[in-house]
Amino acid sequence: MLRIEDLNKKYPTGDEALKDVKLEVPKGQVMALIGPSGAGKSTLIRCVNRLVEPTKGKVFLGDLELTELSRWKLRQARRRMGMIFQEYALVERLTVMENVLSGRLGYVGFWRSWFRRFPGEDVREAYRLLDRVGLMEMADKRADELSGGQRQRVGICRALIQNPDLLLVDEPTASLDPKTSRQIMRLINELCDERSLAAIINIHDVLLAQMFSKRIVGLEQGSIVYDGPPEDLTPEVLTRIYGEENWEATIGKVEEENEEEDSTISKAAS
Amino acid sequence: MMDRSGAITYPMTWKKPPYIKNGSIRRSIYFFSALYLAAAFGTMDVNWTRVAEGLPRAERFLDAFFPPNFADNRGVVWDGIQESIWMAIISTVAGILLSVPIGLGAARNLAPKYIYLVNRAIIALSRTFPEIILAIFAVKLFGFGPFAGFIALSIGTIGFYAKLLAEDIENMSEDQAEAIKATGASWFQWINYAIQPQVMPRMIGLSVYRLDINFRESAVVGIVGGGGIGATLNTAFDRYEFDTAAAILLIIIGIVMCLEYVSGFLRNRVQ
Ligand SMILES: Nc1ncnc2c1ncn2[C@@H]1O[C@H](COP(=O)(O)OP(=O)(O)OP(=O)(O)O)[C@@H](O)[C@H]1O
Ligand SMILES: [Mg+2]
Repeated sequence: MLRIEDLNKKYPTGDEALKDVKLEVPKGQVMALIGPSGAGKSTLIRCVNRLVEPTKGKVFLGDLELTELSRWKLRQARRRMGMIFQEYALVERLTVMENVLSGRLGYVGFWRSWFRRFPGEDVREAYRLLDRVGLMEMADKRADELSGGQRQRVGICRALIQNPDLLLVDEPTASLDPKTSRQIMRLINELCDERSLAAIINIHDVLLAQMFSKRIVGLEQGSIVYDGPPEDLTPEVLTRIYGEENWEATIGKVEEENEEEDSTISKAAS
Repeated sequence: MMDRSGAITYPMTWKKPPYIKNGSIRRSIYFFSALYLAAAFGTMDVNWTRVAEGLPRAERFLDAFFPPNFADNRGVVWDGIQESIWMAIISTVAGILLSVPIGLGAARNLAPKYIYLVNRAIIALSRTFPEIILAIFAVKLFGFGPFAGFIALSIGTIGFYAKLLAEDIENMSEDQAEAIKATGASWFQWINYAIQPQVMPRMIGLSVYRLDINFRESAVVGIVGGGGIGATLNTAFDRYEFDTAAAILLIIIGIVMCLEYVSGFLRNRVQ
């Protein structure tokens, strides 16, 4: 689904954020990208939808080469890539519904979006998604009236209503408490399963990464230093990614513990 | 800092470090500022006998103002006020309509370099001249009357509104803008969904504030021939009808206070 070839990014400040990164993510795979702060995780996913322009290298989405697209073509390609942000990045003064529907902007004309007259199917899909994440009654609230966990779920709806092939997720849980973090990760995983979406999830929490994805890629100083299943994340590997530290306590049992009480997002949660 | 038993003792006084670290530079800045101020006040030569002569004149002036006469020139005054209100409203609307594209173009994070420079130049130019100078130009170009006033106030509005709009856009949250961009939105949709909601509340408050300014300025602009209540006020002074002038001033104060209240109310509502 996604293929990255020899991707390089050098910022004007001289930081070499990515060095010859090669990566392939097949359809339906949820991949966790871990690595220390400054490793280039955000840069990598931003180079995919070209919020950051790569310096060198190619990125393919299916057969489409993203790195050579004109502005207009890029706009169309961005519709196929949903993005979820650490600080949610909802437009705070817009309603929850407007935020969700903004995921359809690539598909509707300017005047329709200006008058907020989206096609009926889009509105229905927005309600369906909001119901799915348990925020049905919040549709008319302003985004800045929601809690962090609720905002992130709206962010997920906004990404999914694009009907994407690929999800780019930048530290979705970094601003959330441990329980809400798990709920959000589980939700993203379930939704990816339902739609067989490919996803790249940047995440700081190694344990969460191990719990929720079958493939983990470790990035360090712009290069991939680990690519494999969560079971193989040994203390040696973590030392290679993050540097020397006592890792024994960080590595979890890989099987996800079953917590019945929040196995699906309950409407009352957070 | 160790006492005899070998335990560390910590100081019990602390002073805020001065803003300018270098002591001699700091002291010389203080010294020369004080010196300049003393010299500046010293050069202003106040002629106390003239001040003494002026005070009784001010008293006579005030006497002539009272009681304000709302009745005698009612028709003319009413016309002038209507003209001023009309002038203030349309110059605010026209100025803001022109300010929106200029403000967008003058925001560094939206516009490419050369468009940015052109728009910044337009803003700088219209900010250079106060409304009264603009009005003198406009009267020379288009003749006496409210049209000249309208032009002057519109240009003044651009310098004010476009600048503040551009600055507000430059301070917006980058995340929200990126998120909308990542959905594949077009440029105009991006402006409408990501930028507009972020800047709108402040811009609504500022437009009422500008209406207030334009109404006050319409009184000044009128004095140099730009029409409106200023022209009426000027005529009243020329004819030594100070009681009518006082009435006009009171009306201006009243309207400005109303606008002040409205803009405060609106600002609270749209937040
Ligand atoms: N806009 C930018 N301009 C210049 N340098 C940047 C910019 N963004 C990132 N960098 C640099 O690129 C490198 C990688 O940054 P990036 O944000 O991709 O790291 P990250 O892995 O996402 O870190 P974190 O876990 O803290 O989010 C860093 O050295 C950073 O200083
Ligand atoms: Mg990051």
